[in-house]
Amino acid sequence: MSATLTLADLPVGATAEIVAVDAVEAVAHRLADLGFLPGTAVRPLRRAPLGDPRVYELRGTQLCLRRREARTVRVRRT
Amino acid sequence: MTSAACHPRPEAPAAAAAAAAALRIGLVGSPNSGKTTLFNALTGLRAKVGNYPGVTVERREGDAEIEGRPLRIVDLPGTYSLSPISPDEAVVTAVLAGEMAEVPAPDALLVTADACTLERSLLLVAQILRLGRPTCLVLTMTDELRARGGALDLARLRAALGIPVVGVVGHRGLGMAELRALLAHPESWERPPIPPPARPLERQQWAESVLGHVLLRRPGRDRRTEAIDRIVLHPVAGTLLFATVMVLFFQLIFAWAQPAMDAIDAAMGRLAGAVHATLPPGVATDLLADGVIAGVGAVIVFLPQIVLLFTLLYLLEDAGYMARAAFVVDRVMGRIGLEGRAFVALLSSYACAVPGIMATRTIPSPRQRLLTILVAPLMTCSARLPVYALLIAAFVPARTVWGPVGLQGLALLGLYLLGATAALVAATVLGRTVLRGEPLPFYLELPPYRVPPLRLVVSQVWGAASAFLRRAGTIILLASIVLWVLLNVPRVEPPAELAPTEATRYALEHSVAGRVGHALEPAIAPLGFDWKIGVGLVASLAAREVIVSTLAQIYATGEEDAGGLREAIRRDVDPRTGERVFTPATVAALLIFFVFALQCMSTLAIMRRETNSWRWPAFAFTYLLALAYGASWLTYRVVHALAA
Repeated sequence: MSATLTLADLPVGATAEIVAVDAVEAVAHRLADLGFLPGTAVRPLRRAPLGDPRVYELRGTQLCLRRREARTVRVRRT
Repeated sequence: MTSAACHPRPEAPAAAAAAAAALRIGLVGSPNSGKTTLFNALTGLRAKVGNYPGVTVERREGDAEIEGRPLRIVDLPGTYSLSPISPDEAVVTAVLAGEMAEVPAPDALLVTADACTLERSLLLVAQILRLGRPTCLVLTMTDELRARGGALDLARLRAALGIPVVGVVGHRGLGMAELRALLAHPESWERPPIPPPARPLERQQWAESVLGHVLLRRPGRDRRTEAIDRIVLHPVAGTLLFATVMVLFFQLIFAWAQPAMDAIDAAMGRLAGAVHATLPPGVATDLLADGVIAGVGAVIVFLPQIVLLFTLLYLLEDAGYMARAAFVVDRVMGRIGLEGRAFVALLSSYACAVPGIMATRTIPSPRQRLLTILVAPLMTCSARLPVYALLIAAFVPARTVWGPVGLQGLALLGLYLLGATAALVAATVLGRTVLRGEPLPFYLELPPYRVPPLRLVVSQVWGAASAFLRRAGTIILLASIVLWVLLNVPRVEPPAELAPTEATRYALEHSVAGRVGHALEPAIAPLGFDWKIGVGLVASLAAREVIVSTLAQIYATGEEDAGGLREAIRRDVDPRTGERVFTPATVAALLIFFVFALQCMSTLAIMRRETNSWRWPAFAFTYLLALAYGASWLTYRVVHALAA
């Protein structure tokens, strides 16, 4: 059970499914509005030249998150 | 004459009431959903721009007429959700709930959604449908959906949502006729029998079931965007491209706007000359020519920079590049408590803080925006250059240090770097003290690359320019006139035997500014400044470079004689002590003073405009003055001790 795998740990190109979002209310709310909900497919696309932030693909959109926020999204590889 | 009338004449008061009660249509949608393009298509380029009461969020409304019926279209800020985390989004929620003072809730809503990201957009649509207002979904960029091989069944979507749905291609006007037909009677739009669920998880399930029902074919990957991003976000090529684009921004403001700015200066000069020539000499004529006209010139002269900067900014923003630029540089900015989108604003401030501060409007977090605005004046703007040039040329020996690199060039470079370093340090410190707060979660959507519609860019640039003129323009004009008064009043008749340049000096010394300079002397003496520098500092409150021409007037060297001014300040001796006025310590202290101090009323005016209050400009002026005084004093002490 790799339940402690987070979005920040996913290698680029790996597909995964969101398990849960463990963040403070404001952050969790915003991530939910952007589509980061349990059961959603997500995939890191690339990282910035300096390593952070990274672009994630989900629900047909491309969203950048810093490591700080990406760490709050628990995922399961698919 | 026939007595048959087509319509019975309405009572006059009822007619007025009917005309005044234009139906209010609110435009809601997430960023990048084509909302503004739709707004322009409905209202033409006649939008009224202002601010929502009490906040710095831009308010855009326009009038449209559908089948003879007046409509007021309200372009609400882009939002991802009705649970707001930023002031922009809070405005949307407040207006829709009818809780925004002076802004009545819209009577009907148009929700824009990018056809290619319907999966995510449905989450917002669900929240809006729960408001129970007549709502119509406008699916934008349907051409892109088709180009990527996707297909949506609009009839099924209409049935699934229970509201009218229109597919449009905004910048080509496709679908607009159908939309206009619908806008003729919002009261008769169908409404959903049951509102969508409220809780996020159920809302997601609802969205998925709707999508499954209506999405005939999922759009393929956006090949064009992917191909471009392979270069734009490539570690090496992308960084080089980023550097090139940023140099372009800088060059626009620093160099390419110059010819237009010079032309404006020249035209204003000719106008002032014409006034002097045609009107009888006297205070009123001088006020008109040198106060008012010069003041208007001081406002208009910013337009070339603003227009050029914002044209490039919006071209790149609407094309989708600016998000990538912010993505590339975000890590560096994050270290000093800012974010990627602040980079362009700070870089532009390296040329001029006025367009730079205006460029902060792309930063969603109000705290970050304010932080960026407060440190922007520390970036070495081009107005400091004449001051640095004068002092360095006069006092730094023209010795070569290594190859083509000379001591004077190094001094200039050092001052430039000091400004940037000070800005970074100030951002870090202010972010931890005065503006301490929980950082907003950083997120940034990378939209697909699109060809920016020219009409959209023109409307955006016009919005920025007119906002500047309306709010900052009046302040700058007023301040110019006040400063002219300080420097030219009271009128004293100089003794007849003085040469013209001497006479100018005499008049200046006896003006209010001259007296203020004398009065300031004890306060600035610890920095090694005398009253003449004091007058220069007062005058430079208008704009930094004014100190050069003011010193020219004080030293009676005439405006055009740069070499003469250099010599004059080198040789100047204080009659009371017999010592040089411009000692190395004084020069160093003066240079450092200019690195830090906020001596630009235009910057203060634009701060006022962008933060909607005088509190932050006052704070910026004060903290920068304190920094300037402290650093200047320290420099004087150190250099004085070293020189001894």
